[in-house]
Amino acid sequence: MSEILSGTGGAISGTEAALHHGRPRGWWRWLVTTNHKDIGTLYLVFSLIMLFAGGALALLIRAELFEPGLQLVQPDLYNALVTMHGLTMIFLVIMPALVGLANWQIPLMIGAPDMALPRINNWSFWLLPCAAVLLWSGFLLPRGGPNAGWTFYAPLSSTYGPPSIDFMIFAIHALGVSSVLGAINIIVTTLNLRAPSMRLRDMPLFVWTWLITAFLLVLAMPVLAAVATMVLTDRHFGTSFFIAAGGGDPVLFQHVFWFFGHPEVYIMILPAFGVISEVIPAFARKPLFGRISMILAVIAIAFLSVIVWAHHMFTVGMPVTGQLFFMYATAVIAIPTGIKVFNWIATLWQGSLSFETPMLWALSFVFLFTVGGLSGVMLANVPADYQYQDTYFVVAHLHYVLVTGSLFAIIAAIYFWLPKWTGHRFDERLGQLHFWLSVVSVNLTFFPMHFAGLAGMPRRIPDYALQFADFNLVASIGAFVFGFSQLIFLWVIVKTVRGGEPAGERPWEGARGLEWTLASPPPYHSFELPPSPETVAAEGPLAYGIAESDAKPDEVTR
Amino acid sequence: MSEARYFVPQPSPWPPLAALGLALTLGGIAHLLHGGSWLLMASGSLVLILAVTGWFSAVIAEGRSGRYNAQVDRSFRLGMAWFIFSEVLLFAGFFGALFYIREFAIPWLGGYGDKGAAHLLWPHFVSQWPLLEFPSDADFQVPKAAMGPTGIPAVNTAILLLSGLTVTLAHWSLKRDARDRLVRWLAVTIALGVVFLGLQAHEYLFAYQELGLTLKSGVYGSTFFMLTGFHGMHVTIGLIMLTVILARVLAGHFAPRSHFGFEAVSLYWHFVDLVWLALYVFVYWI
Repeated sequence: MSEILSGTGGAISGTEAALHHGRPRGWWRWLVTTNHKDIGTLYLVFSLIMLFAGGALALLIRAELFEPGLQLVQPDLYNALVTMHGLTMIFLVIMPALVGLANWQIPLMIGAPDMALPRINNWSFWLLPCAAVLLWSGFLLPRGGPNAGWTFYAPLSSTYGPPSIDFMIFAIHALGVSSVLGAINIIVTTLNLRAPSMRLRDMPLFVWTWLITAFLLVLAMPVLAAVATMVLTDRHFGTSFFIAAGGGDPVLFQHVFWFFGHPEVYIMILPAFGVISEVIPAFARKPLFGRISMILAVIAIAFLSVIVWAHHMFTVGMPVTGQLFFMYATAVIAIPTGIKVFNWIATLWQGSLSFETPMLWALSFVFLFTVGGLSGVMLANVPADYQYQDTYFVVAHLHYVLVTGSLFAIIAAIYFWLPKWTGHRFDERLGQLHFWLSVVSVNLTFFPMHFAGLAGMPRRIPDYALQFADFNLVASIGAFVFGFSQLIFLWVIVKTVRGGEPAGERPWEGARGLEWTLASPPPYHSFELPPSPETVAAEGPLAYGIAESDAKPDEVTR
Repeated sequence: MSEARYFVPQPSPWPPLAALGLALTLGGIAHLLHGGSWLLMASGSLVLILAVTGWFSAVIAEGRSGRYNAQVDRSFRLGMAWFIFSEVLLFAGFFGALFYIREFAIPWLGGYGDKGAAHLLWPHFVSQWPLLEFPSDADFQVPKAAMGPTGIPAVNTAILLLSGLTVTLAHWSLKRDARDRLVRWLAVTIALGVVFLGLQAHEYLFAYQELGLTLKSGVYGSTFFMLTGFHGMHVTIGLIMLTVILARVLAGHFAPRSHFGFEAVSLYWHFVDLVWLALYVFVYWI
């Protein structure tokens, strides 16, 4: 009755023998796995490796910018470093890490045995290292790596791009296939494999945010594939999509690219919102404040994200009507985002707070992401944006939302769920050391960039005028401290995987959710039977013994 | 919603092999574009075909052995629906480019609208669509005429619409377990698809040889060949899938009440059909 049906077809004889409860061992296991936890681990490990690779590029950039003048790298290589840093961090670090979290957590949180399409899940992952090789091979080609910026604007990428741009385009195609299939898998799992008694509105916020993110991925990634293909045909087959002499328009590239690019921004932050909405209630020992409004806010943000793309290109020469529309639409995003921030704060209000490592990261997320959000409101303003466009102010803004936003949330998630995944508690003192070093150095790195940008320092230039020297010196020192602090993170993870105090089923006593009803680490097929309605109810919005409608701040602690 | 028995497939070597095959194919094309040999691309494609064949054979075998329950069937259906949605967005990207060029880029170059100052670049240029005179003739092949909506495109529209009908007739036959009629209607669908592709190839030859309309014919040629070319590629993929389905029917696969593979391919074929209708209206007609 409760058995997991086994599919055998297609497996070669070696694995055929290891049927049912047995499974392949060694490196072969990781290659052929269809298990959501194995694949989640692969995603996370890959993302961690690429974090150090992309981080090394960032440190090369900061080393060059340590003082004015050209010291270490020539402008062409500098362009390639900036481009590859962006592409690596976005497509090979943040996105895979979030998909890895989804792979590990969604089946656990909705009471499913695995993902709905496990073989497609494997394919989605193994396309990533392949794409990474294609992308990074550019450094070995004549004229060096892709150098048109991660946004690969035409004609920088089309008319003037080096051969490595073609490898970048094909890497983007492979990444697109990977993301779209991964997203479809998440949608199907959430809609079809949820525990029978779990209503959609009762789903954990992390699952909700990922469901909406997956929808955005399916919407946005094919458009990126389309625009990359147009660059390819402009480069090699004589088309003139982006050549005005043939009736095309280079600005068309920017429109199509940002139609993908802006939803992409929210693809990287919405699951982070989900993580924070799981961590804060656990350490405030209170239900999330305004659950339904949190879900609606995410839906609203996702909708708005599709109609604001041209705020990335206010200075390109757009009709005033267009500028006004995109300005107002962008400013409106501040409302649902504000709802989220205030709900997190209201969740903390009168909670029984404790400050373990995951909570520290989550709280710093709320503060620092809000800094990035506020500079975003400034950038949304057309006349102001004319001043900020292409300066370090934009660099500061995007790193506040992506580093102290997405990356911090990913780190919070890993500290939060690592005991569940490994069965061991991590070293809390090392975790806190990692946090404090990171949070100080990250601000040292990115806060001065606001000032440099407002004073007019352009982005993506390897040299700068003398008056920017002090800001850059501070930022470079901060960057190196931040970069090397992440080695502590690596150390904590390795140590926790190898051993430590047993975590038990619920290492955080304030945490609620179906994942905490399983052993740590969870069994191979997470839920062999759907969890009972009583379990689902006890771990759902009714956890903490009060109904969601009653979760008013002043009643909670009584 | 409730199924006590979950289906989870065993570890499989096909997906990582398919990843390798796709990466070798893509890297091989990039290699070829820079004067490399075609061997890398060809071997990558072979690996990919092998992997996909092995993968689908495994799924078909599992399905036929009765290991799939209603929940798995729903997963497949949802997966296919969302995959087609992603394909819609791929075409939306190209259609969006076409609309932007026709509504904004070309009128601006001709001196109309909010950004009409672009006219100063090439003062002699007259805004027009289809674009038969370019802002600058250098490096472009100027076409003699544009593609009209009559003749082959109209015939092709009828053929594809008809094939949508025949594939539905095949589906009804399958549901009534009328295998002979099923085979016949499927074969007719495939034949109509092949005729469509043949006429399309003929039209491409005509465009290249008689009209001088090529990929190098400015943005009109670019959008025309990109949109119809991607559509043709999808028709080809659809035809391959229909052929596999026909072979499976002849091998006795599919039951009147359980035939997800057939329905998935039929859905895909209808999608390709609808894309053509949009193409006919916006590329050939208006």
